[in-house]
Amino acid sequence: MTKAAKEKLAFQLLTIASVMVLIPTVGIIVYIVIKGLPAINWSFLTEPPRNMMTEGGIYPAIMGTLYLVLGTIAIALPLGVGAAIYLNEYAGTSRMRRLVHLAIVNLAGVPSVVYGLFGLGFFVIVLGFGRSLIAGSLTLAIMILPVIITTTEEALKSVPNSYREASLALGATKWQTVRNAVLPSATPGIITGTILGIGRAAGETAPILFTVAAFYLPSIPKSIFDQAMALPYHLYILVTEVPNVPEETKFGTALVLLTLVVGLNLVAVLIRTRTRRRSY
Amino acid sequence: MSRADKIDVKNLSVYYGNDPAVKNISILIPEKKATALIGPSGCGKSTFLRTINRMNDLIPGARIEGNVLVDGQDIYDPKADVVEIRTRVGMVFQRPNPFPKSIFENVAYGPRRHGNNRKADLEEIVEKSLTEAALWGEVKDRLNDFALDLSGGQQQRLCIARALAIQPEVLLMDEPASALDPISTAKVEDLIDELKKDYTIVIVTHNMQQAARVSDKTAFFLSGELIEFDETSKIFTNPQDKRTEDYITGRFG
Amino acid sequence: MKNYKDWIIEKILLVLGISSIVVLAMIFLFLLKDGLQFFSVVSLKDFLTGDTWLPTSKPASFGILPLLVGSFAVTLVALTIAVPFGLALAIYLGEIASSRTKEILKPTVELLAAIPSVVYGFIGITVIAPAVKSFFNISSGFTLFTGGLILALMALPTIVSIAEDALHAVPGSYKEASLALGASSWETIVHVILPAAKSGLIAAIMLGMGRVIGETMTVLMVTGNAPIIPGSIFESGRTMTATIAAEMGETVHGSTHYYSLFGIGLVLFTITFAINFTADYFVQRQRG
Repeated sequence: MTKAAKEKLAFQLLTIASVMVLIPTVGIIVYIVIKGLPAINWSFLTEPPRNMMTEGGIYPAIMGTLYLVLGTIAIALPLGVGAAIYLNEYAGTSRMRRLVHLAIVNLAGVPSVVYGLFGLGFFVIVLGFGRSLIAGSLTLAIMILPVIITTTEEALKSVPNSYREASLALGATKWQTVRNAVLPSATPGIITGTILGIGRAAGETAPILFTVAAFYLPSIPKSIFDQAMALPYHLYILVTEVPNVPEETKFGTALVLLTLVVGLNLVAVLIRTRTRRRSY
Repeated sequence: MSRADKIDVKNLSVYYGNDPAVKNISILIPEKKATALIGPSGCGKSTFLRTINRMNDLIPGARIEGNVLVDGQDIYDPKADVVEIRTRVGMVFQRPNPFPKSIFENVAYGPRRHGNNRKADLEEIVEKSLTEAALWGEVKDRLNDFALDLSGGQQQRLCIARALAIQPEVLLMDEPASALDPISTAKVEDLIDELKKDYTIVIVTHNMQQAARVSDKTAFFLSGELIEFDETSKIFTNPQDKRTEDYITGRFG
Repeated sequence: MKNYKDWIIEKILLVLGISSIVVLAMIFLFLLKDGLQFFSVVSLKDFLTGDTWLPTSKPASFGILPLLVGSFAVTLVALTIAVPFGLALAIYLGEIASSRTKEILKPTVELLAAIPSVVYGFIGITVIAPAVKSFFNISSGFTLFTGGLILALMALPTIVSIAEDALHAVPGSYKEASLALGASSWETIVHVILPAAKSGLIAAIMLGMGRVIGETMTVLMVTGNAPIIPGSIFESGRTMTATIAAEMGETVHGSTHYYSLFGIGLVLFTITFAINFTADYFVQRQRG
């Protein structure tokens, strides 16, 4: 075989392999949209499940996930952004920074079910929060911490050093410099990271399994110490534990969850590409 | 130190790691005059400049020996307030570096950080500073425009206006025209000529004609050492040191 | 006054900065504490090498060998599929694809990472398990192979993005040098770019492996969940992660069964920690 023919064959194989990856991705999404769309109507989104979950809607699960996500962000955002600011703006190239980096890398690799275990043992039992929104939010928050720290750090790194120098040379303090000259430019990156974190928190099941998720609650939670239903867990029980649930309801639930999570990711990608273009 | 001297540097050495970038320099910089620092690349002139408002603090591993006195006060005294020093000793950088904010907010940045947030005050300061920086006429109708949309030369004058807005006593300029076209360069040079009536200016430059045009005194640096320091006219017409002569006549690297 | 405020803020940020270390340490210590409770009842050796997982029968038996085998089997299947495809995709994206194709393909791969694992599990139950059943003509589609197949899809985004970073980090001058010597693009990829990116590619595979071992809901839903040592990958089996998820709801707090699940958690944590630690070593080596 000639050199050119060999190269052509190799490139064709690579192209085929790449296209083959597209098929299942697009396939899964299209399949869920087609089979789930008939289930979506106003009452499906605004009513609680009825008659052993075979009828009615998924309103409490949607609201539960919304509450969980809000609680998660309220905890993870200040913690993660603060940590990233420290690492990038204050820590220099110290050994501590390397240590924190290692911790983040490993936190990102901890299986989600292990976060669930920790959440159960620590937040639910030791701190006595019981299965509750607060316990679930804390568990999800530490799970998405690495995402937020890493993306915020990237965003801070991309802020030109000349902004920092200009600000300091004007007699601004370190914090004034970070607050007024660095953070504004890093904000789109931080928002991207936050949205990615939200997407992850909204879609995870294992960490909320023993920390917050309720099998069935007709109403939405009233305090942070209440349990809540959540979309991913609801889909899980509809599929595996509740008998006689119409296919349509399962696919409808999957569609709502997918729309939420994929939608969030698309927004994040959009913000990222837009700010990237502007900086050139 | 006579009353006319603003900055008094005594036996200053700066090290990056173990290598000295500036070796044992002593120099008296006069008040309300322009002093030029010239020399080939890597001669330590920029490093020296950045010691005068402690911007070298930002470089990991940088260490200094000796004293830098501004108005008789040692700015490297452990009790000295860096923020206060940088308020008194402003700086303009090699490349224009406006913040990604409006023209107005760029100039108002310093005053705001020092606690002045009154709109009327800020408007007055912005107008005064932009006028001093010879930019007011060009931008007065579009103060809310994005600063990065200005031309390079305008951006650099904006940066000068921004530095003037906190009323520094000293203005350090690190090759302020090296990234500009000839017309913008001429504007900046005229501006320096104007500013030295009110401010003590220390300017690093690669360009000897520029040093000759704008400065009253000139210091020649080579390999981290101060070779010669004198009236500009004298340095350029009658240098005392052979190495200075070689450099200004272009017989040098 | 101004500096005083700055000092306080810096200290607060310092505390936040080390939060990730604290959290990681807490997770480890917590698993260790509860895991050790368990190991005071059942020896570590019996735990790791016992071939029977019957935590609720009397007498109970806590051997996690079947679960280790389950986790290992799905990981093997997943990586066998995901590594060639993932590397192919990374090479295609990094070296061959036009920027237009890239603009479509990259977000698609990222989308793959965004789909929640419970949705993968759902698709596994409704589509993939039946397909596996009829394709291989076996009695049930809920097998370790099915789990591995779906996990391959889930590991792809990790492998692709890190492998592509690694390829991207190879200096352009290497490529130019090779092309200037008359090598074809393909030869340049095989003989210059891939060897230069080796460390990063290893890291990509390892992180993909970490992702697969830690995945819970999908395997819980599609592998059939029999905690026995399977005869082949076309039989039912159960992973460590699925065991925790499936049984934690039924245990009594403080019982040996409860602590045994923390024991499994500790094993999982140790495995993923080792994987990520090593992967990071390779990532750093690639950066030089």
